[in-house]
Amino acid sequence: MTTMTDPPKASFQLSMLIYDTRYRSYTFQFIALVLLMLLLGYLGANLVSNLAAQGQNISFDFLSSPANYDINQRPIEYDSQSSHLRASVVGVINTLIVAFLGCATATVFGVTAGVLRLSPNWLVRKLMAFYVEIFRNIPVLIWILIIFTVMTAVMPAPNQFRGENPDASMLFDAFAFTNRGVYVPAPVWGPGSLVVVLTFLASVIGVFAYRRYATKLLYDTGRLLPMGWPSLVILFVPTVLIYFVLGQPISLAYPALKGFNFDGGLHIRGSLIALWFALAIYTGAFIAENVRAGIQAVSKGQTEAAASLGLRPKRIMNLVILPQALRVIIPPLISQYLNLTKNSSLAIAVGYMDVTGTLGGITLNQTGRAIECVLMLMLFYLTISLAISAIMNVYNNSIKLKER
Amino acid sequence: MKKTVFLGALTVAGLAAGASAAATLDDVKARGKLNCGVTTGLVGFAAPDANGVWEGFDVAVCRAVAAAVLGDGNAVEFVPTTGKTRFTALASGEIDMLARNTTWTFSRDTDLKFDFVGVNYYDGQGFLVPKSLGVSSAKELDGATVCIQTGTTTELNLADFFRANNISYEPVPIETNAEGQQQYLAGACDTYTTDASGLASTRAAFENPTDHVILPEIISKEPLGPLVRHGDNDWGDIVRWTFYALVAAEEMGITSANIGELSAAPGANPEINRILGTEGELGAMIGLDNEWAKRAISVGGNYGEIFEKNIGEKTPIGLARGLNAQWTQGGIMYAPPFR
Ligand SMILES: N[C@@H](CCC(=O)N[C@@H](CS)C(=O)NCC(=O)O)C(=O)O
Repeated sequence: MTTMTDPPKASFQLSMLIYDTRYRSYTFQFIALVLLMLLLGYLGANLVSNLAAQGQNISFDFLSSPANYDINQRPIEYDSQSSHLRASVVGVINTLIVAFLGCATATVFGVTAGVLRLSPNWLVRKLMAFYVEIFRNIPVLIWILIIFTVMTAVMPAPNQFRGENPDASMLFDAFAFTNRGVYVPAPVWGPGSLVVVLTFLASVIGVFAYRRYATKLLYDTGRLLPMGWPSLVILFVPTVLIYFVLGQPISLAYPALKGFNFDGGLHIRGSLIALWFALAIYTGAFIAENVRAGIQAVSKGQTEAAASLGLRPKRIMNLVILPQALRVIIPPLISQYLNLTKNSSLAIAVGYMDVTGTLGGITLNQTGRAIECVLMLMLFYLTISLAISAIMNVYNNSIKLKER
Repeated sequence: MKKTVFLGALTVAGLAAGASAAATLDDVKARGKLNCGVTTGLVGFAAPDANGVWEGFDVAVCRAVAAAVLGDGNAVEFVPTTGKTRFTALASGEIDMLARNTTWTFSRDTDLKFDFVGVNYYDGQGFLVPKSLGVSSAKELDGATVCIQTGTTTELNLADFFRANNISYEPVPIETNAEGQQQYLAGACDTYTTDASGLASTRAAFENPTDHVILPEIISKEPLGPLVRHGDNDWGDIVRWTFYALVAAEEMGITSANIGELSAAPGANPEINRILGTEGELGAMIGLDNEWAKRAISVGGNYGEIFEKNIGEKTPIGLARGLNAQWTQGGIMYAPPFR
């Protein structure tokens, strides 16, 4: 049946590894791989032999011994008798906290500034250009220090809130702005509060369901349901009802001056605030440029076409421009998030105890285990960076142009 | 011979292990300069003066060693280090010795692989508070915000002290003394804690030093002294005996005023003769010439003179000799015999 015979089997010759294009690239990649492994092997052996010459070794035993130092911001249980490993975990969580807050705030700043940079209003446009240029072109460390120094120097110390005629007073008797940070009321979760929280979560899902239904109805029948007030009603009414039915299980603990400091409530430390805002405004300036570029990448014809269909400017932005612009914005946004997370390691400049401050700072210093600590730090930042880009890539794939 | 060390990214992390395992003396001589690690600035102990010339109690030790080894007390490259960077700087060979208010502890001596050559200041950890705080004992500091330098023994003592007394505190970690001073003066912390000598020196730099007091509790032992890398014992001997030459000089009555006269010809006291090299061959035993100690003492005078000039009672820092007096004067400064 076969009309074609197999091509003559050329016997394989060693020289083909170089002269045959089918194999050549593999050959070179293989050589490069071997060289790389040799280099890494050399580095590793060199490290071990030099450590041995100094009478040191690589060991992670120190992680289980007591850390013996205290950390101010402790998202999980920790005291000076906890292990170095636990201190590192506290640091990791602190890094994640500031990275999350920073990324969220930077996105808000960046999108706002990026959209406003294209505003028809000259003043707004120029103000935003000023923001972008000033924050992008001064190193973030300087911003961290500026915000921190200004805060410690300008805000009142807690003891200035004391006395008959204090120099400083609390805002609404609930917020205290001090040079040690901001104290805000904190929720106290009484029995039954879980129900309230669950109700609220269910309401959030409800809002999404309602919006989905409204959109479907619009597409199917052309009937337009109101969006704004029903969403608000769904979001709040059930929760508030349950809250009162259960007898107000959630209350607020207000900060109050006690001894040297404010007590009760939530203490947002000056170091966190400085780091968070410095990272957010700095990275926000870069994001603003990405957003502007993304919007400008959508051809003008799209706006004009949408306008000729009678869409209002806000709708044009939300329904036509931004969905297309996002495809341009997301990839560089990922790298801005990564930058922000890595820049958060400047935390020690203001004494914020992130993982570089605990594991890479005090633990490293007190145990002298530099190589081990730095290896763990590298591993952590690598993992977190890869995780962020993985998550953002999933999001990017979900919004990218569906090609069929 | 130096081994080439290439640790890739890890070198950047600051640890070039085993850069020079031995013969620091040869390296220093070849370089013509002594690399000496000091603080980033602690008036009286190590700080540059108005002309950028480093001076102070710890600086004097560096200069004495440079004079003994290189014949010139100015042949020193001062490398400012923080509490955190000092040990990496020494371990990596960036500095030949460290003289930076550093406490001699078991783990630093053994696990971190350093050798402390002696104690140039017997100290303990104290608390500095503004008088207006109305606190008279460290035990009243429950709930206080405490500024504390990271990477120090004082940070560990602090945790232990509050734990032992079952009181709480909020640590504010800082990296340098200057930062601590700024935070403390701005009221961002209620109290600043470190070695009592460091507190005295920090307070001396305040605009109104009398508004601040050092609390009576001394919560730890802080024997501060110069140190070198473990492994090069010859170099360790040089630094150790240069320091003791300064101490012995005070005990024997050798001062910068009479050293010229005493070293001109052998005198009645054989130990003075041996120190100053007019008798015996002590210099050769540590690989130096016979006038090494004479040069070391000539730079800033003996231990007592260095103390009085930099941190003594007539300076703004105003520290009393206390434990740091000679053993013959009721203190515990005691140089082993030169023989
Ligand atoms: N003795 C303690 C503390 C040493 C220390 O850091 N002292 C402070 C104040 S006494 C200092 O020298 N600071 C100067 C600087 O910040 O460079 C230790 O060895 O860990």
